[in-house]
Amino acid sequence: MAQVVKSSKACTVNPLKMSQPIGGALAFMGMRGAMPLLHGSQGCTSFGLVLFVRHFREAIPLQTTAMSEVATVLGGFENVEQAALNIVKRTKPEIIGICSTGVTEVKGDDLKGFVKSIRQRHPELDGVAIVQCSTPDFSGAFENGWSKAVTAMIEELVPDVPVAKRDAKRVNVLPGCHLTPGDIDELRDMIEAFGLEPTFLPDLSGSLDGHIPDDFTPTTLGGTGCEEARAMGHAGWTIAVGEQMRTPAEALERLSGVPYRLFERLTGLAACDELILFLSEISGRPVPRKYRRQRGQLVDAMLDGHFHIGGRRFAIGAEPDLLFALVSTLTEVGGIVASAVTTTTSPILEKLPCESVMLGDLEDLENGAADADILVTHSHGRQAAERLHLPHFRIGIPMFDTLGAAHLVTVGYRGTRDLIFALGNMLMHRHHEPSPDDWRNAWPSSEGPQISPEPEKELVP
Amino acid sequence: MTSLSQTIQDVFNEPGCGKNQAKSEKERKKGCTKQLQPGGAAGGCAFDGAKIALQPITDVAHLVHGPIACEGNSWDNRGAKSSGSSLYRTGFTTDMTENDIVFGGEKHLFKAIREIVEKYAPPAVFVYQTCVPAMIGDDIDAVCKAAAAKFGTPCIPIQSPGFVGPKNLGNKLAGEAMLKHVIGTEEPEYTTPYDINIIGEYNLAGELWQVKPLLDELGIRILSCISGDAKYKEVAWSHRARAAMMVCSKAMINVARKMEERYEIPFFEGSFYGIEDMSDSLREIARLLIERGADPELMDRTEAVIAREEAKAWAAIAPYQERLSGKKVLLVTGGVKSWSVVAALQEAGMEIVGTSIKKSTKEDKDKIKKLMGDDAHMFDDLTPREMYRKLKTAEADIMLSGGRSQFVALKASMPWMDINQERHVAFAGYHGMVEMVKEIDRTLSNPVWQEVRRPAPWERAGAASWQDRAMSEDGSSPEAGVDGTPPSATGPAITGQEAA
Repeated sequence: MAQVVKSSKACTVNPLKMSQPIGGALAFMGMRGAMPLLHGSQGCTSFGLVLFVRHFREAIPLQTTAMSEVATVLGGFENVEQAALNIVKRTKPEIIGICSTGVTEVKGDDLKGFVKSIRQRHPELDGVAIVQCSTPDFSGAFENGWSKAVTAMIEELVPDVPVAKRDAKRVNVLPGCHLTPGDIDELRDMIEAFGLEPTFLPDLSGSLDGHIPDDFTPTTLGGTGCEEARAMGHAGWTIAVGEQMRTPAEALERLSGVPYRLFERLTGLAACDELILFLSEISGRPVPRKYRRQRGQLVDAMLDGHFHIGGRRFAIGAEPDLLFALVSTLTEVGGIVASAVTTTTSPILEKLPCESVMLGDLEDLENGAADADILVTHSHGRQAAERLHLPHFRIGIPMFDTLGAAHLVTVGYRGTRDLIFALGNMLMHRHHEPSPDDWRNAWPSSEGPQISPEPEKELVP
Repeated sequence: MTSLSQTIQDVFNEPGCGKNQAKSEKERKKGCTKQLQPGGAAGGCAFDGAKIALQPITDVAHLVHGPIACEGNSWDNRGAKSSGSSLYRTGFTTDMTENDIVFGGEKHLFKAIREIVEKYAPPAVFVYQTCVPAMIGDDIDAVCKAAAAKFGTPCIPIQSPGFVGPKNLGNKLAGEAMLKHVIGTEEPEYTTPYDINIIGEYNLAGELWQVKPLLDELGIRILSCISGDAKYKEVAWSHRARAAMMVCSKAMINVARKMEERYEIPFFEGSFYGIEDMSDSLREIARLLIERGADPELMDRTEAVIAREEAKAWAAIAPYQERLSGKKVLLVTGGVKSWSVVAALQEAGMEIVGTSIKKSTKEDKDKIKKLMGDDAHMFDDLTPREMYRKLKTAEADIMLSGGRSQFVALKASMPWMDINQERHVAFAGYHGMVEMVKEIDRTLSNPVWQEVRRPAPWERAGAASWQDRAMSEDGSSPEAGVDGTPPSATGPAITGQEAA
């Protein structure tokens, strides 16, 4: 429905987008005992690391092959080899996830070949899974990196043999990168409520949910183990969440024959109904009372919320799958999209229930938000929100000026309900008290002094 | 790239750096950069360092020429404050894509500069070179030259591709760019015998403003701060200052020294952290200005201000003595801060159980000894496990460090406070030290520590916690530095780069 428009600017101003390699690195962080490794100069890692530390407020395992100028020109095999050896020696990981970067892709380093050679030269690394993926900074965005890393893990870990006997109780879940650790917990609860046993690939809820760990570990604090990932072929179904997870789901189906069902979103009444119905069908169990009640609560929340959201104009900047979930849910309670900006192409964009969506930056979002009532994007939207005097609902990565980014839940009946409440409240609190002069000379064509409802804001030093 | 490698050689050959001068010719050529170890490195790249050093110039458009990672993953993440323009917080990047790599990104960059000039009309555009365009040979010097001629706006190329080295080198490369293209290109309306430059101060959390009121009171004008709360013009006319202070780190020593060489601006190295340091810095500023022709009575006024401010600061710290007395502090920072805050902490009654000397010079170490006695616990690098042990066994009550090691303390349910660059509280000058003691008190007296240490009711009494288990592994740990390097180096992000 939506027309995809590409920003024609040469200069990106206030980027909304982040790069592929750190999206891939985050996916590896959902594995137990993982050490993600960016094959590039040390800044590539350092920026991603600072970003995640500030977002999750957790120690982040992330290493670099520390490519120097000379190594970049001559090729980075030694660096990758040394990095793998050093990491294994020091941190004893279960899995090393290597993502390429712009620098090493321009050189043309063959990571796949590197890993193969390292395997041959170092049988002592046999116990450690090494997964690599090609994630150049100069194409795609965060979401693509995540998707590629998950696909790479499936292709590396899941055996290429159709499994004769499946366990119908077991379900694979491939969550998109727009799902927070809190979302994954919520989803797990829902699936388990039907007596099913989910395996999440990856599972950030175990590693980046901000718990106090049971053990001192230099790698990830938890997540899905490689063994669990290898056994995914035994599951009855795969649930993929978000269009970005279609490629990994297809890879899993191709390798092991596990059929998949892709849910484009899990936010919104109809979307949740679909999931609950599907879970009920594959488990053969009735919908638990808990979710019947939650559905009722969501319906009531939508009724209460539509007064405040209906007719309001939203300026939303997010990666395609998150954007789709947000725009769909908001339009279902009467919200209007004033401006939608995203980072990268995706088949899901055409399905957005709004007129157009722009592949652009936060400047584009700001320009389109002149008549908006609320700004919905990650923390970098704060400057635009300040300039436009708009409330700013923070969602996505990074959220560096907000506590609990990892626990923001927007999936399921309950997550949707809370999302509607949060947005509705922001809009409600912005209610403008009428004043005697509001309607004086208020016609657009009228001459005379124009009274702005918002006072000019001075920059506080 | 010849000119870049020459610049780097030149930067490495820094006569102002004592450490460098002690080296042999051959060693010096290698540069002051430790060879980075793949899989065991932490810290930013040269581009990161260059951006950090220059971004505090507030009215300039900082344009990053590279793929999205360099700016998209990192923009608007530092707390440098501005008293005017907020353009410096706007993220500009060419967001290079495959087409640029194939056909070259120079035209794209030129167009991007045009868009910026048309939309924002900044006094200058700083163009940062990154790895990818450096590899494909984009000549940003030429683009900047052409753009400056075409649009009439200075376009300054900052040659700082990430792979040439670490953050510190980037700081220096940024300084070189200023020396080459900016400093000396404009003239101030007027000068006074009381004009100074402050070099290497970034006005993080507004720290420059904790110092500036005192300089204002003394009639000393900050002609240019490189680069905190600076305007382009101010940097451009900084060559007219009478004296300069180089703050804290050696990050911008090349700028200070070369300005002395070229414009005969004497400089000293000082710090605004710590009460005595602050006083010493004020004295030094006055002394240098008097040397350069200011009225000698300046020193009397300076001493009067110092006496007044010190008395007020010590008086403000005194009330905390009761609560902070005997509390043990573990300082994990580097360089000057390894000793400059010690006196204030001691004045508040606290005991320093250890201080890191990773980036400290010999003088720094001497000062530590002077303050803390000969048996001062200095350590070169502290592994997370060791930090943890010190907190756990109550060798320390609180750890003061950079943001990256906070989780060692927090996961062990121990108090921690940020004293490095990511913090939001300003700790400079006299007020800053009082603020720091106040913050430590606020952290230590929080009842939350008792709460979070209470075991869950269902846990068996006396059962070993993970903390205990981690402790018992101490020393015998299989991962503890096989090659003498601490395991932390590959661990979660908790080491390095804390005192940039």
